Amino acid sequence: MRNDDQNGIPKLPLFADLSRRDLLRLGAMGGAGMALGNLWFLPAFAAQPNPAAKAKAVIQIWMWGGPSHLDTFDPKPEAGSDYSGPLDHPIETNVSGIRICELMPNLAKCAEKYSIIRGMTHGVNSHETASYEVQTGRASGGKDVFPCVGAVASYFKGVNAGYKGLIPPYIVLTEPQGRFSEEGFLGLRYKPFATGGDPAQNRFAVEGVVLQGISDQRQQSRRQLLHDLNTFDKSLRDDPRITPWKESEQQAYDLILGDGGKVFDLSQEKDEMRDRYGRNTFGQSCLAARRLVERGVPYITVNYQGGWDTHKENFQTMRRRVPEMDKAMAALLLDLSERGLLDSTIVWWSGEFGRTPKVQWEAPWNGGRGHWGQVFSAVVAGGGFAGGQVIGSSDARGEEVKDRPVYPTDLISSIYTQLGIDLHASLPHPLGQSVFVAPSKEENVRTAGMLREIMGVRA
Amino acid sequence: MSHSISYLAGSEVPRGLGAVSVPGRGSNAVARGKIDELVFAHLAKAGAEPSGFSSDDVFLRRAYLDAIGTLPTAQEAVTFLASTDPKRRTVLVDQLLQRDEFPVYCAMKWSDLLRIKAEFPINLWPTAAQEYYHWLRESLEKNKPYDQFVRELLTSSGSNFRVGPVNFYRALQNREPQSVAQAVALTFMGVRTEKWTAARRAEMAAFFSQVGYKPTGEWKEEIVFYDRSKSSSSTEAVFPDGTRTRLEAGRDPRVEFADWLISPRNPYFARNIVNRVWAWIYGRGIIDEPDDIRPDNPPLYPDLLGLLEAELVASGYDLKHIYRLILNSSTYQLSSIPRSTKPEAARNFASYPVRRLDAEVLIDALSQITGTSEQYSSAVPEPYTIMPNGERAIALPDGSISSSFLELFGRSPRNTGMESERNNRPTAAQRLHLLNSSQIERRIEQGPGLQEIFRKSDPRAVLTGLYLTILSRYPTEEEVKIAATYTQSSGLDRRKAAIDVAWALINSTEFLYRH
Repeated sequence: MRNDDQNGIPKLPLFADLSRRDLLRLGAMGGAGMALGNLWFLPAFAAQPNPAAKAKAVIQIWMWGGPSHLDTFDPKPEAGSDYSGPLDHPIETNVSGIRICELMPNLAKCAEKYSIIRGMTHGVNSHETASYEVQTGRASGGKDVFPCVGAVASYFKGVNAGYKGLIPPYIVLTEPQGRFSEEGFLGLRYKPFATGGDPAQNRFAVEGVVLQGISDQRQQSRRQLLHDLNTFDKSLRDDPRITPWKESEQQAYDLILGDGGKVFDLSQEKDEMRDRYGRNTFGQSCLAARRLVERGVPYITVNYQGGWDTHKENFQTMRRRVPEMDKAMAALLLDLSERGLLDSTIVWWSGEFGRTPKVQWEAPWNGGRGHWGQVFSAVVAGGGFAGGQVIGSSDARGEEVKDRPVYPTDLISSIYTQLGIDLHASLPHPLGQSVFVAPSKEENVRTAGMLREIMGVRA
Repeated sequence: MSHSISYLAGSEVPRGLGAVSVPGRGSNAVARGKIDELVFAHLAKAGAEPSGFSSDDVFLRRAYLDAIGTLPTAQEAVTFLASTDPKRRTVLVDQLLQRDEFPVYCAMKWSDLLRIKAEFPINLWPTAAQEYYHWLRESLEKNKPYDQFVRELLTSSGSNFRVGPVNFYRALQNREPQSVAQAVALTFMGVRTEKWTAARRAEMAAFFSQVGYKPTGEWKEEIVFYDRSKSSSSTEAVFPDGTRTRLEAGRDPRVEFADWLISPRNPYFARNIVNRVWAWIYGRGIIDEPDDIRPDNPPLYPDLLGLLEAELVASGYDLKHIYRLILNSSTYQLSSIPRSTKPEAARNFASYPVRRLDAEVLIDALSQITGTSEQYSSAVPEPYTIMPNGERAIALPDGSISSSFLELFGRSPRNTGMESERNNRPTAAQRLHLLNSSQIERRIEQGPGLQEIFRKSDPRAVLTGLYLTILSRYPTEEEVKIAATYTQSSGLDRRKAAIDVAWALINSTEFLYRH
């Protein structure tokens, strides 16, 4: 199989390379699958590579729990201390007129690289349903469970677009979201591969790829033992019912013993580089994400379980966690930029909602903030999105959208567009119903239009 | 090798080593009842040669997995394999159908169809999911006649926290009469109304247009009831088979529908469930997929389906009777190794279908072997969703209670009630997990289940223990030699070598697949 990737346009494998069995399988899949021998998932149709695509990859920094917009990218010191709390000295960024929270000095130095959306809104205040809406662009409660952006991107930008990497096309560092089913009706094969392990440890023990205490030599002898003892397999000979399972073994060992797994070996990075990102789980996850982008993985989610659900003692948490985030995210943007990867890589930062602008000083909250879906902030960078901009705004206290609302579907459709994913393309529905990448008019999804302001296209 | 000698001893049920030791052939199967007479006649007519008769060890493991979703213990395997009772297979089937795990495993499949899952995307609060499951489990434990079971699901009224079956009407993503009708048709008729005309869908929906829902003072509790205020002016209604009826004022149309559905003359009712039971046991429906019954998707063997339908009705809707018939048939007990390599052989019931274990069954088997337990968590952390350690995955009452293993291996998300939501197709990520994850390695190395075997001084005893525990059979001489060679040549100490053998057996197709 070929894996040519010139001018960003993946080529289809030549049919001359295919065995008869492959051709049979192609036929069984209705024609145009390209994932021969790749079991990360089965293609359902051929997506045409889109030469107009600006972005090849997405790094989604998922702020599970919903960080306060006031204490990150939309500070409101003028609203008074009942709103800003003690974080009332926002700092100017290197882009004049843009201020962000004082806990983010590194991001303040590179504001030209990202744009802040301050009018994100959906009005949903529970974690599950808000996460669903922010990551699928649809309201929950409909008859279908939609796939999230990562699953859709891995569907269109993964195997269906000729992706044949050893690494699964949709990775989550380090744990899946749990309360949220990323793959939706696309099914199991579009689930992200969760690395497990901790990239901040000496050895990043990616579940299934790196097993502590088992040497490569023992891995090899184990594999031989498995072949020798697989009595039933021998009886079945070439039974097509177990062929996919046998093929998956080869793929697995390409990661375990071959080069595939090296991408997770962060010791290949210089110490200085590792320090830049911060020697903590989030920082090293961002570094791993950059390495995955270099290997051509199209979608990586860094699931940042940073305790952002700050019902109690919001400010203590923010003082502890925001600097860690600031350092790693700024390092990621600069590193991608220095390597010439930022132009083709979207970095998307968001939680499922913001937090109550008015601080709950009373016990038991002791300076906490509740859930707030009326207005919150998101950040996008790279992949064709202009930086150094602020889109929309919240009102004086950060309670409502003041101007330019952005609904989840607007942001998501913008990301798809930059990736070259056709918004009108069909998604494979289990019941064969017509469902499209972006919501159709009949779905009545609230929208205020894509982020044309920063997409480098004329409105 | 005294074990293997007694295991080879002859008896009335042929003791060929069949699938495992004598690949490909094994002894010829003989028809033992009406199912076999029909199937074998079809195979003869098609010129398809049935597989050989399964060996006792293959049958033992298969029957346990298919009837109760549970692996036999080493002791159970030893006992069964030592039996010389000519009726030992029939006796085993009877024992399995009496086991506590039988209704538990049935409830797992039913929970997929009935969409028993708290909160997302089905709006059931854990209290309701629990009540729903409790009713289901109790019904199955009592082996409630199937017609009564369905009637209760369709006609109950009351609080969804107190009357379990009313949750059938709550466990839907929306409550439009057409959506309710769609779920009823899918679940109890095996029919997808999406393939009907709009007029026909509307006709069926009329029977569910007077389902009312009202809140109570309690958080997320609702009363499901017959709402007379919704009665329409038109009193004519049409059942899905075209029969017309009058809806009488003051009579719940759900009752009207249920009475039509559960009638012995109903063309869908018995057919749907016997076909599903066949598919649940055998991995493939007589009509396949089992929830896509329509004129242009005919049954493979209409007479076989007709036979099972008649048996169900005659037995008073006793589903256990159907299980017993199928599990005791030679058709079911054929080897999984086909004698014919023709592609259609796999489809015509000439050999038992090979397929990967369900997520829940697999993790339970791993827990049983290694003496470990799975940790579950729920998206909805309520008292009802907190599971004690050691709970079997097949017994989880609520789909929101899960683990990353269950998700990785394709447990049903319980969104739609379709059989295909359960995904048993293998993926590379699953393979990586089993071959090389710390979770599996830790279970094997540290779980108390295998330690006693690892400590045995006689290498043959170690191997026999591992084989009986993991594969429910004795090792062959060839396998004894391979293992001995491994211990000598790998340079590992005996314990580590034994760990590697356990690892290899757990990663074998023989372990991971039903066969």
